[in-house]
Amino acid sequence: MSTTRAANPILHLLARLGAAVLGTFAAVGRLTLFTLSTFRHMLTPPFYSREFFHALMNVGYLSLPVVGLTALFTGGALALQIYAGGARFSAEQVVPQIVALGVVRELGPVMVGLMMAARVTSSIAAEIATMKVTEQIDALVTLSTHPMKYLTAPRVLAGLLTVPFLVAVGDTVGVFGGWFVAIKSLDFNSATYLKNTIDFLEMPDIVSSLVKGAAFGVIATLMGCYFGMNSGRGAQGVGQATKSSVVAAAVLILAANFLLTQAFFAA
Amino acid sequence: MITLTDVHKSFGAKQILRGVNLTVERGESCVIIGGSGTGKSVMLKCILGLVTPDRGTITVDGEEVSASGDRDAFLARFGMLFQGAALFDSLPVWQNVAFRLLRGSLKRPRHEAREIAIEKLRRVGLSPDVADQFPAELSGGMQKRVGLARAIAADPEIIFFDEPTTGLDPIMAGVINELIREIVVEMGATALTITHDMTSVRAIADKVAMLHGGKIRWHGPVAEMDTANDPYLTQFITGSAHGPIETVR
Repeated sequence: MSTTRAANPILHLLARLGAAVLGTFAAVGRLTLFTLSTFRHMLTPPFYSREFFHALMNVGYLSLPVVGLTALFTGGALALQIYAGGARFSAEQVVPQIVALGVVRELGPVMVGLMMAARVTSSIAAEIATMKVTEQIDALVTLSTHPMKYLTAPRVLAGLLTVPFLVAVGDTVGVFGGWFVAIKSLDFNSATYLKNTIDFLEMPDIVSSLVKGAAFGVIATLMGCYFGMNSGRGAQGVGQATKSSVVAAAVLILAANFLLTQAFFAA
Repeated sequence: MITLTDVHKSFGAKQILRGVNLTVERGESCVIIGGSGTGKSVMLKCILGLVTPDRGTITVDGEEVSASGDRDAFLARFGMLFQGAALFDSLPVWQNVAFRLLRGSLKRPRHEAREIAIEKLRRVGLSPDVADQFPAELSGGMQKRVGLARAIAADPEIIFFDEPTTGLDPIMAGVINELIREIVVEMGATALTITHDMTSVRAIADKVAMLHGGKIRWHGPVAEMDTANDPYLTQFITGSAHGPIETVR
């Protein structure tokens, strides 16, 4: 009897651990199938151009102000930090190069990705989850319209195509923010700053930034759609779906950023 | 026309349908009654293929629902009015009504689809100026009417009504009941309605089926409902707290 008592907590712990591992694998499997299904629907007709246009506006155009402001302040703050840090070993002159490298390779895409998770993922998840709990998704099916084609494919395609553009804007504005702070507060020469920036950046820096943008765009929109489509019932279900989608998108964007950075620059 | 044979459906450990057998003839208006949570909506969704039964067969004109190859053509035969109307918030009313006519196999030119939508809105008692409003700007009763217009927009052979009068005041509920009856008769459609509202049952039904305990407990003409010797049915239609159906107080 005492052996059983001693063994039970261990078995209980192992059972819980096993359930958690199996649950994780099941979740990864569901997400993988959802992703494959999304890409299949993106590539096969019918295509809903009106929905795609709306998604382009929501994901791309309407995100421009938040991306621009975030990049501007981040670029400015980065210039101040590098100047202050560089002063410790008399390397203040590297501000243009490090700002360009930091913004284009890392901060630009990551900040845009996280802004997408905050603005786009949450809105997509809340919208689709609300459609689910109010039976609008069922209504779509009864009206002979596949929800993956009508709701998911246009949004993910818009994320894939517009976020690289947003990253390009974010990179440019971020570098501009650094330049502005450098010439106004740090007494840099404008022409020299810009020349150093342009000379230092290489094509792989820009390409990696845009590729990251495309990957983050897919992750941000896909997470919104996935959690929205799999939302629970009621207001609590919508809230939970929205929260989970933003957390998952943010974590996956940072993980993808690490993997892509390693793929582009580790060698 | 619609036949359900030994249909079972569970969600986890909860058994909802435990062997439903029901036949709805062409042109008939059948109303399914039963308490909350007895599986009426699940049954409707099984027929449409929105939910897959665990066991049993569902056929429409002899063709099994799960085996129907062309889903688009299959679903084009149906219209459905959802409990909360389920209108698409992002689209104006006319595009909600003409949704099926703007895409897919029934696609029409945009101006023609709009004309049909306005005609259907008129049919359910709404004026053309409602066409360009958004669902959120309408009252509950108007949303139900728009949902009804959408359900009949493509002249379906079979129309499903899920709790058509829930949440409406008695006068508006009466209006909706009348509209449903008129439309079903005039279109010659087969109708399957689920409701708790006994006034709706008497206004809409040719036949009534009572779902209880996951099975069809009673099925017969509406005229025989009041004289049927079934204690479950009697308790339900009289709304009594005392009887074989368990009530939680």
